Amino acid sequence: MSLLELTSTACLVVGGALCLTGGVGLLRMPDFFSRVHAAGLTETIAAPLLLIGLMLQMDWSLDLFKVLMILVLILATNPTATHAMAKAALHGGHQPRLGDLSNPSEQDGHAEEDSSSKA
Amino acid sequence: MQYLSVHNARILAVLAVFWLLLSGHFTALLLMLGAVSVLLVIWLIRRMDRVDGEPVRVWPTFGLAGYLLWLLWSVIKANVDLALRVWNPKLPIRPVWDRLDTSVETPVEKTLYANSITLTPGTLTTDVHEDHFMIHAVSQEGLDELREGEMERRVRKLGL
Amino acid sequence: MALGAAILAVMVTMVLALIRAFEGPSAYDRMLAANLFGTKTVLLIALGGYMLDWHSFLDIALLYALVNFVSTIAVMRFFEYRDMSQGPGDDGGAS
Repeated sequence: MSLLELTSTACLVVGGALCLTGGVGLLRMPDFFSRVHAAGLTETIAAPLLLIGLMLQMDWSLDLFKVLMILVLILATNPTATHAMAKAALHGGHQPRLGDLSNPSEQDGHAEEDSSSKA
Repeated sequence: MQYLSVHNARILAVLAVFWLLLSGHFTALLLMLGAVSVLLVIWLIRRMDRVDGEPVRVWPTFGLAGYLLWLLWSVIKANVDLALRVWNPKLPIRPVWDRLDTSVETPVEKTLYANSITLTPGTLTTDVHEDHFMIHAVSQEGLDELREGEMERRVRKLGL
Repeated sequence: MALGAAILAVMVTMVLALIRAFEGPSAYDRMLAANLFGTKTVLLIALGGYMLDWHSFLDIALLYALVNFVSTIAVMRFFEYRDMSQGPGDDGGAS
């Protein structure tokens, strides 16, 4: 196995694992604002790693540039989309839950959460 | 209005190269379509500049590239921390939501700083005000690290 | 081989995002999950397209990334000012 293949495999495997981590975090985190962080995990590190792993496997062509464009696009749009969601949630009367939320049995539906899902 | 400024000419060149890289075809029809769309974008940009009033021009420099590399490194560090927090139930999830005083002034610096904070997992800018941001962080440490202000120093050093 | 594993991981993540999208509890959670699902779709198209040797799959992935971003922004604008008694200038949530 050449060095290029090895790097590509490592990128793909680590990227896939981090992708799963983000998905699990999305389910495990206690409130909306913490879930945003978990979602950011998949977009800021898993997506670049997977795309870099793909780029290392591809032949030298224009397609390489396109993958790079996708990568730049994801990284450039992610903060804007994340901020838009957080701001919309705040303005929609959705307060962050603070303090120690490690205990999963505390997960209870807020009244405001229920009302905003009826739209 | 009737002439193309240097700024427009630069954008035109970048867009033309961009089109060629994305299409990869060099037939007459596709080149013509490319020229039409590039000119359309330039026309739109000129119209938007007129509404904007104070156009801000940021061009890639070595300082910016250095900052992005440093940002990449801190993003990786923050990601490792957050990934451990997701998998290890012993690590606490204690979200904090507090104000972060900043001294960045120009709109470009503010945009860059706020976006960098959001891009780093574990910290999230929820609101931007005149002299402070509202930050949601998944742990107190993330917020403390921002308060130490290394990112802010680096943003200010770019002098945008 | 590694490519297949990565595709599998992306697909499992999409399922996890779908679970969150169905479970809610708030509309914002659903939109967050939908946005994540969209990004993962882009990755799936890019990786799967390369593995299955599709024709011009990267253009589709690029387009999908753009549409995903714009749709997220649009939906969130809608939710932000859905309550029309609260104008854009109001700072509703800040304490």
